[in-house]
Amino acid sequence: MAEIRLHHLAHSYSKTPSGPDDYAIREMNHIWEQGGAYALLGPSGCGKSTLLNIISGLLSPSEGEVQFDGKVVNLLPPEERNIAQVFQFPVVYDTMTVFDNLAFPLRNQGLNEAKVLSKVNEIAEVLDLHPLLHKKAKNLTADEKQKVSMGRGLVRDDVSAILFDEPLTVIDPHLKWKLRRKLKQIHEQFNITMVYVTHDQLEASTFADKIAVMYGGQIVQFGTPRELFERPSHTFVGYFIGSPGMNLIDVTRCDGGVRFANTVLPLSAALNQRLAALPDATLKVGIRPEFVHIWDGPYDDALCGEVAHVEDLGTYKILTLTLDGQKLKVRLQEDQPVPQQKVYLSFPAQWLMVYADDYLVEAAVDAPAEVTL
Amino acid sequence: MSLVLEHVTRVVDGELHIDDACLSFEPGSFNVLLGRTLSGKTSLMRLMAGLDKPNSGRILMNGADMTNVPVRKRNVSMVYQQFINYPTLTVFENIASPLRQAGLKDAEIAEKVHATAKMLRIDALLKRHPLELSGGQQQRTAMARALVKDASLILFDEPLVNLDYKLREELRQEMRELFQARHTIAIYATTEPNEALALGGTTTILHEGRVVQSGKTADVYHRPQQVLAAELFSEPPINLMPGRISGTEVSFAEAVHFPLNPDLQSIGEGEYRFGVRPSHIGLVPSNDDDLELAVTVELAEISGSETFLHVRNEQFVLVLHLPGVHEYDVDTSILIYIPTHKLFVFAADGRLIQAPSRRVGRVA
Repeated sequence: MAEIRLHHLAHSYSKTPSGPDDYAIREMNHIWEQGGAYALLGPSGCGKSTLLNIISGLLSPSEGEVQFDGKVVNLLPPEERNIAQVFQFPVVYDTMTVFDNLAFPLRNQGLNEAKVLSKVNEIAEVLDLHPLLHKKAKNLTADEKQKVSMGRGLVRDDVSAILFDEPLTVIDPHLKWKLRRKLKQIHEQFNITMVYVTHDQLEASTFADKIAVMYGGQIVQFGTPRELFERPSHTFVGYFIGSPGMNLIDVTRCDGGVRFANTVLPLSAALNQRLAALPDATLKVGIRPEFVHIWDGPYDDALCGEVAHVEDLGTYKILTLTLDGQKLKVRLQEDQPVPQQKVYLSFPAQWLMVYADDYLVEAAVDAPAEVTL
Repeated sequence: MSLVLEHVTRVVDGELHIDDACLSFEPGSFNVLLGRTLSGKTSLMRLMAGLDKPNSGRILMNGADMTNVPVRKRNVSMVYQQFINYPTLTVFENIASPLRQAGLKDAEIAEKVHATAKMLRIDALLKRHPLELSGGQQQRTAMARALVKDASLILFDEPLVNLDYKLREELRQEMRELFQARHTIAIYATTEPNEALALGGTTTILHEGRVVQSGKTADVYHRPQQVLAAELFSEPPINLMPGRISGTEVSFAEAVHFPLNPDLQSIGEGEYRFGVRPSHIGLVPSNDDDLELAVTVELAEISGSETFLHVRNEQFVLVLHLPGVHEYDVDTSILIYIPTHKLFVFAADGRLIQAPSRRVGRVA
């Protein structure tokens, strides 16, 4: 059981890094609390595999510290970190039975057979592996093998954390959700720190209580799936999470708010005040396709755009519209009227996010900051 | 150009790969082949391309029998799952290669390559080599090569499957736009129902080498002629419950009873299978005829902006598709609401008896 702390951690594959671009991991402070279910989510090349290798001990960071329960482990090899890993491809001993696979780490530790038997039975129970215990591993299906891989990690009492690296890649699509459910149950039962690395938003959001979104060697948001959806704290999170992602529009400051072309978007006094303090920042506003409000007709100060395209996805539609030269996507429910040509819309204030240099501008000065130290 | 398949059958080593396929595709159309892995999508495309010959049946192009004409003489392009490019050639030469083969003049080649590359937004990369490109750019290069030669038939075999979902979103939209102004027949194979919906055009559902249903995408989706079509063209799969209509009531699995509503009155007594789309089940009552069920949550799968909620009770295993993020712990008890006017009704043998009447969106 362990809390994993990354303390002023950075990593460069270059011996003499000359600038931020030479870093695969830019300096970060981050805590994975003991017993949490976490995901590390990002596109290929964002640095998540490098970070995973640093946590597991395959790679020693060039700067900063990795701490397990306060103890620096930078130089400890993987086998001394008591970390279990589950990879994309299941790692099992094909010639052994499922029982012997599960028993392997325990026998290595010199446990007596009575203990081994009771531990293996306990884990087999949890993973529904009982009917397979005496089968040879090579005769198992991919999902069964992956459960055996997980079981080998869980069977040891001294495991401080389990790291998953895209563990469902080779699993049949219709079986994936069952394994996802199993993972959640295991987490609830075992209270072990788990970190799940993936590029897939569904894998991450389903498994994790909190997700660290990585982009360009940095964690740009650490939040619940709901927070990533409702309040992306970086434009990349807005873009990357959701299908389609957030609408992002380049804007400049103006009296009472921000503008693009001839369209003015008024903002609250608090937000205007925050923006006044950031005169040089590049500004964007963001709103998700789910949150743009479409009116039945002209209404008060609704904005007026033009319908460009409607994509019918069966039980909902994605409307693409042009507003003052800017393309926007809006999600329409099945029974919602579909506008023809002209479309009247507004951006509800609670869902309109403002970004300065790609980071969310919080309206309330005393809003709780993301503490990641 | 039109493409017609007449009773096309292909058997390999005694195994039936394509079973009596009858299909026709209009000039300038975009057509999706939808089916699970090994359902016959690739086999069918190879027959269309002329890479394989049918054991029986005919393939007609513009009315002419092409069954025995080899692929080289058919003016067909194909784009595969794996990004296939010539690694030693630049992007320009990769795209130009079919034109060079056809003996076009350099000026004409340059013009066509630039126009196609621009359309696919790789015009800035023409001097690079494929391995210096991202996966999405490599696949765009392969697509440009398929598009540049003005083939009468272009076959796409799951071209986006190896790309991440953000790229897929983008390329899917581009594909649709690319084909709007062409006379080419495009055939696009996918395992994903949502991709078929997004691409529009027509959809042909394949299962175990057989054509289950073929037609305009929206028609096939909204009026699946068999329960199998409904199951295959729905992600997550449509919820099915065995039930009975007797007298003035409907019962599901002998356990849940509700009064027969006007939509179901004309069907008649008997045993049926009732279907409800995952996106039609709600967490709050929204109609007078909602059927309330107490269930426990098996898992909330969250896709970022949507939630797939797997639930069950003693009789049913169901899945809900909800917009937005809904976080639930495993084994939480909740109530769900099934609008009974949105039920599909299938006969015991799988035939469609009734599809819910669509609420057409009002025009603003």
